[in-house]
Amino acid sequence: MKNTDVIIIGAGPVGLFAVHQLGIKGLKAIVVDNLDKAGGQCIELYPDKPIYDIPAVPECTGEELTKRLLEQIKPFKTELYLNERVEEVYQEKENWIVKTNNNEEFMAPNIIIAGGVGSFEPRKISLKECEKFEGKSVFYAVKNKENFKNKNISIFGGGDSALDWALELSKFSNITLIHRRDEFRGAQHTLAEIRKLEKEGKVSIKTPCQIDSLESDKELKSITIKYDDGKTEKISTDVILGFFGLIMKLGPIAEWGLNMDKKTIEVNPENFETNKKGIFAAGDICSYPGKLKLILSGFHEVALASVECFKRARPNEKYKFEFTTSSKTIQDRLGKK
Amino acid sequence: MAKITYKDFQGNSKSINVDNGLSVMEGAIQNEIPGIDADCGGAMACATCHVYVKEEWFNKIPKAEDAEVDMIDMAFEPKKNSRLSCQIIVSDELDGLEVTTPEKQS
Repeated sequence: MKNTDVIIIGAGPVGLFAVHQLGIKGLKAIVVDNLDKAGGQCIELYPDKPIYDIPAVPECTGEELTKRLLEQIKPFKTELYLNERVEEVYQEKENWIVKTNNNEEFMAPNIIIAGGVGSFEPRKISLKECEKFEGKSVFYAVKNKENFKNKNISIFGGGDSALDWALELSKFSNITLIHRRDEFRGAQHTLAEIRKLEKEGKVSIKTPCQIDSLESDKELKSITIKYDDGKTEKISTDVILGFFGLIMKLGPIAEWGLNMDKKTIEVNPENFETNKKGIFAAGDICSYPGKLKLILSGFHEVALASVECFKRARPNEKYKFEFTTSSKTIQDRLGKK
Repeated sequence: MAKITYKDFQGNSKSINVDNGLSVMEGAIQNEIPGIDADCGGAMACATCHVYVKEEWFNKIPKAEDAEVDMIDMAFEPKKNSRLSCQIIVSDELDGLEVTTPEKQS
């Protein structure tokens, strides 16, 4: 069990800036996120799209914004626990305990939920029968490519993941690449290489079609795909790989006893505390009258939440409002001389 | 203003007058039409406001840009008449538009 002052759930822009606002007040935090990298929606949904409404930054991409925030919080040497999804939250006297899916445990008097719309999870194939083969012959990620050797693999999707894995796995397996339309949005040079392999008979590409059914006894045997014109085709398949991007799921947050308004958490706009003392919510996931789902609103929200976090984490100290421009203490914390 | 009909996958439908300039997604969210999640809030980044546009309307409304079509790849059971409702902007010309929401959004 690790102890800290604040557990931040979500490493998006708001979660990262929370580290800063807590850090300059001398509070320690840890950040937990289900994704494998920091940045949240900024990095997962629109890394290349320019954002135009960050104050004093006329234009920057989601990726740049994330990089800058990581740079800004560097002095606080905060640990980011990535690939960890918070499953359970419960109270122990004055503290909250947070448990992740990998059984990491954290304890702190405060939690800031900056979870956006929830955690990112792979979108699944819509065909119901695929569920029972999940993890056995239906996968949404390749963790170890050794497990995909000498197989008949049907890959679904039109983006970079589908193309990259089609190319990579074609070195030692029989690949069918299946997409719902003729155009692939992934990198065109990768597509060109796959088209070349297709000509050589090493990969087959099936478009425009979608999965219609699968045939199995105990093991997956084959799949049937259906073309737009209604024709069907059976493809001998040991493994299905689906790459349809990620979807945001609220997940376990809904079960922590917080007052919710649809998929958002109700907060007091004075300090962004939820109905549970010491649990705060900020960014897209919080709701209060007039709420705007803007990154800049999230920054404001964590600034205010951090004050209340201080009061709870340091009950015997008096909170003193300070400016970064003039406070020697803050400048020390930022490592400035 | 245009009257927009939102149908769910079971055939239940609701017609709403939506102001010009709003998106078909916003019309649904403001009127608590179920079946449209709009997780990203209209940034064309999530495909959870996916709808099927009634065939006769599909070619009448402004065409989807490439980024939208790319995003529809991610939607639940995309079809030829799939659109993201956040990208269909309501105008008088859309009066009578009918969209059907998929069985689920993710």
